[in-house]
Amino acid sequence: MPFKPVPQKFNAKINSLTVGTGDRTATLGGESSYPFYGFDAPIENRPKIGVEISDIGADNSLPGIAEYYKGCSTLPELAKRASEMPGADFLAISLDGAHPDNGDRSVEDTTALVKEAAAAVDIPIVIEGCRNIEKDAKLFEKIAEALDGRNVLFLSAREENYKSVSAAAAMAYSQKIGAESAVDINLAKQLNVLISQMGVKTESVAMNLGSAAAGYGFEYVATTFDRVKSAALAQNDNMLQMPIVTPVASETWTVKESIVSEADFPEWGPAEERGVNMEIATASACLAAGSNAVILRHPESVAAVSKLIAELI
Amino acid sequence: MALKGLDIFKLTPKTNCKDCGNPTCMAFAMKVAQGAIELGKCPHLSEEAKTQLGDAAAPPMKKIEIGKGEDKFTLGGETVLFRHDKTFVSKNLFAVAVCEDSIDKKLPDVRRVDYDRLGERMYVEFLNVIDKGDADKFADTAKKAAAEGRGVILETADAAAAEKALAVAGDRVILNGANAANYERFAEIAGERAALGVSGKTLDELYDTVAALEKLGFKNLILDVTGETVKDTFAAAVQARRAALKDNDRTFGYPSIVNLHKLAKGEAHLQTALASVFTLKYGSIIIMSEMEYAQALPLYGLRQNIYTDPQKPMKVEPGIYPIGGADENSICVTTVDFALTYFVVSGELERSGVPLNLLISDAGGYSVLTAWAAGKLSAGSIAKFMKDFDIEGKIKSRTLVIPGKVAVLKGEIEEKLAGWKVVVAPNEAVELVKFFREFKS
Repeated sequence: MPFKPVPQKFNAKINSLTVGTGDRTATLGGESSYPFYGFDAPIENRPKIGVEISDIGADNSLPGIAEYYKGCSTLPELAKRASEMPGADFLAISLDGAHPDNGDRSVEDTTALVKEAAAAVDIPIVIEGCRNIEKDAKLFEKIAEALDGRNVLFLSAREENYKSVSAAAAMAYSQKIGAESAVDINLAKQLNVLISQMGVKTESVAMNLGSAAAGYGFEYVATTFDRVKSAALAQNDNMLQMPIVTPVASETWTVKESIVSEADFPEWGPAEERGVNMEIATASACLAAGSNAVILRHPESVAAVSKLIAELI
Repeated sequence: MALKGLDIFKLTPKTNCKDCGNPTCMAFAMKVAQGAIELGKCPHLSEEAKTQLGDAAAPPMKKIEIGKGEDKFTLGGETVLFRHDKTFVSKNLFAVAVCEDSIDKKLPDVRRVDYDRLGERMYVEFLNVIDKGDADKFADTAKKAAAEGRGVILETADAAAAEKALAVAGDRVILNGANAANYERFAEIAGERAALGVSGKTLDELYDTVAALEKLGFKNLILDVTGETVKDTFAAAVQARRAALKDNDRTFGYPSIVNLHKLAKGEAHLQTALASVFTLKYGSIIIMSEMEYAQALPLYGLRQNIYTDPQKPMKVEPGIYPIGGADENSICVTTVDFALTYFVVSGELERSGVPLNLLISDAGGYSVLTAWAAGKLSAGSIAKFMKDFDIEGKIKSRTLVIPGKVAVLKGEIEEKLAGWKVVVAPNEAVELVKFFREFKS
């Protein structure tokens, strides 16, 4: 008697969201199955990988990063090099230098810098902001205008600034926005509802549901992602059908395992290798739980995760 | 088919005798239906009722024990596909693949990864011994592996080699080599001595072989779902587990083995990625080519997270945790024993590069605000901790930094701790690096 698999068919699907224009675009989502369950239903778009660079330069304390970005000193040069990384689907620009505690570069200067970097590449672009709510709202407004027509994704609109981000980025310039919540399905849904009530099309919205490094409360991440995908597919909840974009690198490169020196923990071996594995393990777990895109930094992590995706699709 | 509580209740004696430990027969029946207790707990069930209920009331996935007594390994016994539906119960275990040529070189590395994380021992639980075609060398390698104080997986489809190795492989053994051609002989060899790993060229063949073994009365099984490709393997792992737990097909109600040494030979980073995926999705034993600290740290951390019972928060032991090379002159910082808070705070403190003594007091495993609201974190609890752990005797600094969210406790703590200066930290952990880099005591 042969095995009779029972495929899980859903009459609902994750929204497709395209970033970028022209020859190089990245489409996220579109599937009507759990992550990598190609045996249930064909997977429309494979998950995508974003390569993160910072407006304050590459982290040259890591030999692998320093080597990859060797000779790049400006943001446009970094952007160009990152866009050529094997496995890169989009570029994620983190505007750390605009944060009030980290240089407080002005909105005008930052916008000019981003515009210059964007002009140097044809790869789809995600703007990650500086993670200061007021400053991000101002930055996104100006950058949305400066990159009009590039179909950029802004990460993120949060509960405190979604109105201005939605109005400026999504409505005035038809860019895409990511709704950011902190690892909680109810907060995620509430923010999506609020944004759609502003009149933003749900197809223009992605979700950043938050993340955590492996070992640092990842159970909340896995469970939130599981529940969101289940609500989106099994219950056809259209306020949770947005594709999930997860910035992984910013979580994994700050934990103890990735940063303490080999001198302090000789048995652990070189810090960079630990950081790379932490980035790979966390990104892979995010993808297995439901991320439609992950944002990474290290070329070796990008290579491994892109191989993983190719093998699983 | 899963039974409803009422169906079970009809077959109980309905005497409410409490011999099963439940107040009523109805309560007992409901718990059996949920899989919370076994049918056998009721001593008064008729034989007829037992046969009628036996199969249907059995858990959908068997719990397989490797070895006996305190050091046995437990696999399977899962009841849900997603941890939020209840909880996962048997954490996945890791193995490293060795053969006669590589075992001596690999053992020192395997031994090195052995540490404690939140009270859980993190190490490579199994050695997977590969048969390279020489039965004597295979048995020698198995013997060496057994001497390591770990479980042993014997990877061979050759009956003579299996018999030889099994005799010397210790008492925590999985004989992984049964297939459609040899299963009868392998069931005989494994007998009572070992759990039997079964594989098939296709999922159908695996299914039929398991069914045939069950017919022989052999149910101490593990499914080797490793296929030709990563994609096939993932599909097999998910479909087998889902068939058992969602579709009540008990033929696939066994734990699984995923062999990444075969799937991603030599590619350490790809193995890390795959091990992570199979930790979430249904690998019970994951076989790696090696296990370096760089891989172990994220993988064991991830596993600990995923297998946490959602109803029981992870706690850190109260005590002094020196950070950044802190000594008795370094200032003190305190927070609660909720594991997530501890990890986030200690990570940020580590990142600040400032030497600090992190004091963790017993706050019931709650986060800062919850613990404070529940009365588990107060000036009194902090003062008691300082006394119980003789902080004044162990640390010379008299500066204590408290979480920003309980700034209100400052005055009261200063009253209770004579001679201490209490400083309030920022509200959010991400602000700690800046705070401590600029800190002047």
